Amino acid sequence: MTENVNLSKRRLLIATTAAGGVAAAGAGTPFVLSLMPSERAKAAGAPVEVDVSAIQPGMMIGVEWQGKPVWIVRRTQEMLDLLARHDDKLVDPKSTVPQQPEYCNNPYRSIKPEYLVVLGVCTHLGCSPTYRPEVAPADLGADWPGGWFCPCHGSRFDLAARVYKGVPAPSNMIVPPHKYLGEGRLLIGDDSKEAA
Amino acid sequence: MMNLLKNLIGWIDARFPLISTWKAHVSEYYAPKNFNFWYFFGSLALMVLVIQIASGIFLTMNYKPDALFAFASVEYIMRDVQWGWLLRYIHSTGASMFFVVIYLHMFRGLMYGSYRKPRELLWIIGMIIYLALMGEAFMGYLLPWGQMSFWGAQVIVNLFSSVPFIGHDLAILIRGDFVVSDTTLNRFFALHVIAIPLILVLIVVAHLVALHEVGSNNPDGIEIKKHKDANGHPLDGIPFHPYYTVKDGVGAVGFLIIFCAIVFFAPDMGGYFLEYNNFVPANPMKTPEHIAPVWYFTPYYAILRAVPPLFGSQFPGVVAMGVATVIFFFLPWLDRGKVKSIRYRGPIYKTFLALFVVSFVGLGWLGLMPATPTYTLISRILAVVYFAFFLLMPWYTRIDTCKPEPDRVTSK
Repeated sequence: MTENVNLSKRRLLIATTAAGGVAAAGAGTPFVLSLMPSERAKAAGAPVEVDVSAIQPGMMIGVEWQGKPVWIVRRTQEMLDLLARHDDKLVDPKSTVPQQPEYCNNPYRSIKPEYLVVLGVCTHLGCSPTYRPEVAPADLGADWPGGWFCPCHGSRFDLAARVYKGVPAPSNMIVPPHKYLGEGRLLIGDDSKEAA
Repeated sequence: MMNLLKNLIGWIDARFPLISTWKAHVSEYYAPKNFNFWYFFGSLALMVLVIQIASGIFLTMNYKPDALFAFASVEYIMRDVQWGWLLRYIHSTGASMFFVVIYLHMFRGLMYGSYRKPRELLWIIGMIIYLALMGEAFMGYLLPWGQMSFWGAQVIVNLFSSVPFIGHDLAILIRGDFVVSDTTLNRFFALHVIAIPLILVLIVVAHLVALHEVGSNNPDGIEIKKHKDANGHPLDGIPFHPYYTVKDGVGAVGFLIIFCAIVFFAPDMGGYFLEYNNFVPANPMKTPEHIAPVWYFTPYYAILRAVPPLFGSQFPGVVAMGVATVIFFFLPWLDRGKVKSIRYRGPIYKTFLALFVVSFVGLGWLGLMPATPTYTLISRILAVVYFAFFLLMPWYTRIDTCKPEPDRVTSK
């Protein structure tokens, strides 16, 4: 067999196969890229302005930003006092994992201690946890200081959206970029220095 | 008249292998004569596939794959399209019954060692069908655009985002957006009605071709090809047609009675076939109080929830879930038993198989329940049992004491 090999024909076959493979990969590229977010999807997600002065103490409101829920909680002084008492039960009490902008890396994970702004998406698999501000409810246990409970897989977060140990969620919830435009006027999705 | 028909068939046969195909796969395909109840489920799975394709085509004629109109178009099918409710309930019941039939079909394979040599590839093709079916069911479940559709897709797509390094971009590639959105719905529709069904039909044909090449196993787990008559037909084999076409016909009728009873009297099956939360339109701002996948995914879902995050990542749980499905592929090589069928296996294999069934059903039930510490603990124990069935198999099948196999098939 081997002595009858037509080497020039074999070289031509290898060259055309290789060229065909390159052409096929090239032709496949537009199909794969069409699966990525469109220009319209990329353009969506402009910053959202919220009036937070109307929130009653202890209450939470949710607004939509980039198609995701953003929560704003107006924490009472009692709620803030309770935050420091369970550091040993948290995965990351000092917020060392960069799940928040630099200006929110403090015990309250917020610009103003009173207002917590957090992306309402569980860091496990993206469900939206339920707000459970009450202290020691029957179903969450006597040492529950208020926080969030994820109905999907049972992850627990405190009122600074820090995750507890022993639950599926691996990290604290994300604090989105935000800034105050004036007294009570919050802008979510933009933290640039210049005035909006 | 008969002459005309004969001539027509002759004309076709000279141009297309009509008679020889019919003979090879139906009238002269020799199957073991001792098939029992468990052998209904292969042909039933084929029938459900046809039911799903037929009802799906008609649903597509009125469904709108658009986040603004999808939920309303399903309600339109249910209320205004003549007999639309029947088409939809046939399709939704068919989805769950597909998995009932496939799980029983797979269990048959486990009991009688149908995955063993020479049927390894047949088993692998079957497992590919099972994976394709899971993808098909998952994507179809997004289409009604209810709360469970949305949050189910949200959770499952986020499983991919836990893959190290590429996960974030992979999830965006799957969704086509930064959140589950209209784009996601539209592409899942395309995959659900065209891409996966096409693949499913092709691999089902490959499954049958592979089956007819190696021949069917049987409840005794012995090869009927060892004893052939003068014509080369197995002594313990009977032609598939008419013997098994008639038998499977009886199975089909029995199955359709149950199927119709569900369609007409319990289409939501108490919230198991159609979950109550899915009668609420999708709301990306609010996760329902309790979410669980449809019952056929819950064993794997319970395994996912049972694994705690390691090294600050939920990826290990996702890997455990993936391994729980893919591990079936390796069964032909994990099993070192001297016999194939459970009839001649020893007590150790029987115990492990029983424990496996308990763990699978138990995990399935736990996957439907909320995640409490007690349930999580039970899930962890059952997940260990689940994996022990596979991972210890090379050891316990070898040391097990087997009964001698008969030379020829037996029937009671």
